[in-house]
Amino acid sequence: MGKSMIKKITGHQMFIPIMALLLLAVVNLIVDPGFFKVTLGTNNSGDPVLSGSLITILDYGSELAILAIGMTLVTAASGGQDISVGATIAIAGSAMLRVLCGTNTRPETIQAPIIVAFLVACVVGMLCGAFNGALVSIFKIQPMIATLILFTAGRSIAAWINNNELPIVPDPKFKYFGGFIPGIPIPTTVFIVIACIIVIVLVLKFTNLGLYTQAVGINESSSKLNGINPTFIKFLTFVILGLCVAVAALIKVSRISTINYSVIAKDIEMDAILAVALGGNALSGGKFNMWSSILGAYVIQFLTTTLYKFNVQSDALSAYKAVVVILLVIFSAPAVRTYFSGLFAKISASGKGRKEAAK
Amino acid sequence: MSKKKLIKGNLFNRMSDTNLLLIITVVIFFLMYIGAIIFQGGGFTKPQMLFNILNSNAALIITACGMSIVMISGGIDISVGGVVALVSMSCAVYLDFHNGSIIGSFLIALAIGLAYGIVQGLLVAYLDIQPFIVSLAGMFFARGMTTIINTKPFNVENNQAFLNLKQTRITVPGMGSYNRKGIYVPAYIEIGVVVALVLVIILFLVLRYTKLGRSFYAVGGNKQSALMLGINVKRTKFFSHLICSTLAGIGGYVYFLHVGSGSASHAMGMEMNAIASSIIGGTMLSGGVGNIIGTLFGVLSLSTIQNIVSSAGLDQAWWTGITIAAMLCIFLLIQSVVMRQRKRALKS
Amino acid sequence: MDNNRILEMRGINKSFPGVKALQNVDFTLNKGEIHALMGENGAGKSTLIKVLTGVYSKDSGTINLGDKNNVSIRSPQSAQNLGISTVYQEITLCPNLTVAENIYIGRGSSQITNWKKMNTDADKLLQKLDIPARATQQLASCSIAVQQMVAIARAVDMDCKVLILDEPTSSLDEQEVEKLFGLMRDLKALGVGIIFVTHFLDQVYEVCDKITVLRDGQFVGEYEIKDLPRVKLVATMLGKEMDDLSDIKGEQGTYSGENKDERVFEAKELQSDAGIKPFDFYIKKGEVNGFTGLLGSGRSECVRAIFGADRVLKGKVKMHGKEVKISKPLDAMKNGIAYLPEDRKVDGIIGDLSVRDNIIMALQVLKGFFRPFSKKQAEAFADEYIKKLNIKTASSDTPIKSLSGGNQQKVILARWLLMHPEYLILDEPTRGIDVGTKVDIQKLVLELASEGMSVTFISSETDEMLRTCSRLVVMRDRKVVGELTGDDLTQSKIMSTIAGGE
Repeated sequence: MGKSMIKKITGHQMFIPIMALLLLAVVNLIVDPGFFKVTLGTNNSGDPVLSGSLITILDYGSELAILAIGMTLVTAASGGQDISVGATIAIAGSAMLRVLCGTNTRPETIQAPIIVAFLVACVVGMLCGAFNGALVSIFKIQPMIATLILFTAGRSIAAWINNNELPIVPDPKFKYFGGFIPGIPIPTTVFIVIACIIVIVLVLKFTNLGLYTQAVGINESSSKLNGINPTFIKFLTFVILGLCVAVAALIKVSRISTINYSVIAKDIEMDAILAVALGGNALSGGKFNMWSSILGAYVIQFLTTTLYKFNVQSDALSAYKAVVVILLVIFSAPAVRTYFSGLFAKISASGKGRKEAAK
Repeated sequence: MSKKKLIKGNLFNRMSDTNLLLIITVVIFFLMYIGAIIFQGGGFTKPQMLFNILNSNAALIITACGMSIVMISGGIDISVGGVVALVSMSCAVYLDFHNGSIIGSFLIALAIGLAYGIVQGLLVAYLDIQPFIVSLAGMFFARGMTTIINTKPFNVENNQAFLNLKQTRITVPGMGSYNRKGIYVPAYIEIGVVVALVLVIILFLVLRYTKLGRSFYAVGGNKQSALMLGINVKRTKFFSHLICSTLAGIGGYVYFLHVGSGSASHAMGMEMNAIASSIIGGTMLSGGVGNIIGTLFGVLSLSTIQNIVSSAGLDQAWWTGITIAAMLCIFLLIQSVVMRQRKRALKS
Repeated sequence: MDNNRILEMRGINKSFPGVKALQNVDFTLNKGEIHALMGENGAGKSTLIKVLTGVYSKDSGTINLGDKNNVSIRSPQSAQNLGISTVYQEITLCPNLTVAENIYIGRGSSQITNWKKMNTDADKLLQKLDIPARATQQLASCSIAVQQMVAIARAVDMDCKVLILDEPTSSLDEQEVEKLFGLMRDLKALGVGIIFVTHFLDQVYEVCDKITVLRDGQFVGEYEIKDLPRVKLVATMLGKEMDDLSDIKGEQGTYSGENKDERVFEAKELQSDAGIKPFDFYIKKGEVNGFTGLLGSGRSECVRAIFGADRVLKGKVKMHGKEVKISKPLDAMKNGIAYLPEDRKVDGIIGDLSVRDNIIMALQVLKGFFRPFSKKQAEAFADEYIKKLNIKTASSDTPIKSLSGGNQQKVILARWLLMHPEYLILDEPTRGIDVGTKVDIQKLVLELASEGMSVTFISSETDEMLRTCSRLVVMRDRKVVGELTGDDLTQSKIMSTIAGGE
């Protein structure tokens, strides 16, 4: 009975991300217990803010968590990944700045309400998603290749939108989204993530999005004969991801009130895909677990923050990340898992044998 | 049922997918080049223009060939750009700081490529981990290692043997042209181009005539069937990654020979260019279809269009990205439409 | 030691997590013998074959090949080297390679491909076996039947001692089956031992010499074909005496309620892009009718057109006399039409989803995107049909892919019955499933009809259709060529109509 219990736990999809999280926590605890300290201080403008590594993780993991939501759906339905999210964040962010600042790169006041700019960014993000989605669903191009197009062109398009200028948003309110709202010590991004999670949970509960995406991802032709329109479902997941991209772009641009076309959200597509994979979701599509992906996103941010704590240069960060990623995937590989479970079985069997012999 | 009825008659259907896509690519390349000559004139009429394209893309040709092989066998390797950067940096440090030998530096490049191939190949083939994830980590690792070896970009200046090799030009007889002053300027290519073209020929022969080469196609076409047909699928996958990474190592050396410097930002996005070239050259990401000659033309098409764009005066940085993307988009659509037409034609 | 013996499997055991697939199974094959391996789905035939071909490794037991004792077969390749060739039900060739390559790849030790020699050799072989394909043709451009024959050509050419044919006939039409049998007899004369797995009883009695029966992963017995008449074979497979397979029609009453003669569905000049000629069709309330014809005659394409599964090009469709538009499956479902597709694996099951989700799928889609069933409701639906159709599954949470073929089919059937359709189309519902389930499904069809449902039933086995249908639409070359009712419903009449040229 104990054995089946262990199997149930280790077999669960959340097992890998939770174990990874625990492992990281333990390493940090041993090296520097101060890692987990959260302090309430004040920032430059005298407002109360929480600080500490955990807060950093929650704060900076936000974009990743939001993207992981959309990426999970895209992965489930199309069996492929969108590698253009970083580039489309640049596009959506650039569009947002264009609306906020107009043609003037150093305006005195913002030229349009923030909400309008955000809605424009949403439309732009969804259009990019629709472009990818159309290539994938209508023209049946593999997702990774279809999104390669925007991946290659995205940052160029973003630069083109603002004529390669770098406008700066003058309104301090715009900073709230990626920072703190005066009087509230918790980073705003945390609330944005919670809002996104609530929305997706409600959507999954009150629509058949989950069932349909999984069905399409597992067996497209069968789904079609059950009355589902696979083309539309795939298209829809890309549009949803586009919306997630717009929200992530808002946070990214808000953090610095401006944009750097070639650097903004760089490599974030890789992290988002890793989050999905780390969450134990098959990258070849089909069944998915949304919570697992979101947790995966924070694990990756946890790793990044930990590495920074160890004074790893930001450029060299990727090498360490790669090693960790490889170790993780090796341990979650089915071949390795069966090997280990076989090993355990052998050990426990020989243990039993010895006991019996002793009797 | 008569025999003729079963064998679908027309040429379009009879041709294999590989050949069909190859022909499309080659035709489009020539049309594009002719178009460039007509509309841009000048440079494009001189053979040196073509040679320049080859000179600056020799490394891409080599890595793209490796990419094609992995893609034909149904995988993908996005670590090649990182490997190229890592090779450049390692060789630069070895030659410049340690005054190493040419042979030694080449062995370093080869060793990095082989090591990458063995590790990634083992993970993909024998542990069944998705190639995208493995090579993603590989890319991260290579980029990170490059910075760890040396943070700042620098040129190799203290190794005369290398500088001589770098300056070596091979004159192509009969292809030169007269400049405005009427002085004959001989056409030349770099050593890297020779390496690239030799590799293209070797790889073409390997893919067409060896058991291993055909296994790549079989595994890419249908893994399960290939297994049933008695092909060692794991070993085949392993070799596809081994060859790809080794080629990335060699490509890295050719790249290094062309630029003569080490930098963490070298070959940024080269993996995407390699994938794009392969696709434009008629390789299908779904595996089983592709051709090395097509890949060569894919690289040439890609850089020709870049040249056309920049000589048309659209040389702001963003136009390059947008053009490549547009071109990729067009080719993907062509592939998609052609394949669908064929399927429909075969069905009825 | 018997010199004639080429294969001996003794005490083979193989288990998977939770299942004992094979327990102490014996199998013996002699030179020049065609040996049928029979059993219901899940009896262990496929597992035994896969152990023999090195796809699975056995847990224990011995395999003796000719004079080699206790050989170990670790991979399909080592099986090939030992002279064991296999042709599977699904095509296990590479569609992107040429016909010649598919015949020769993965064989021999030469590292270099000699295309010229390979192509001439292949052409010779194809000609010898009378297979209508060219060596240089890409395999994907051949029909499924030809692909299957190429697979057989490969096996034949490999100089094998043991040839395994695992349901090779399910995608072949009658002429092609005949050709295959001819081939088998030739090989038999050459001393090749052939293991033949099939669900078609007729075929067993046509070509086989011996029968080995498996049941529930256990060896039941080995019989000479003459000692085991059909009824006994079925009884042995099922492990019980069959009362009678032949007449189930009489047991169920026919529908006699109101609107008996109303045409529930009617199509005029219907045509889809799948290459069928425009056809007229109708079905009355409570009627069971069927499309018959050779494989590839357009049976499935007709019902797919009715359901809107292929793109409909033209035609008028009426439900209860009122004109409706059916251009996609959802339209058909909204009009109360349900369709159980021909290929269960490709078009039917959604493998990784649970039995429950598979059952509610159609009704859920019909109900709408924004109105999901509560978990409780879904559970109730699933439990109801698991009980009703006697689906053998650990729980409604089990992924459908881990069920046996017959039970998967029942789940798909449950999916459509849950929708309570007025008109149910069953395309080969009994293909590749065991005899017991076959009879269950036939009975169910008649029962549903007697309650007023209209059913179109398609099957490759004519006697099955004769048992269930009261009207048959006969097809040839993608065209409707006749309609049979009443006394015309006989094997010979169907055959002559299919053959045409009266």
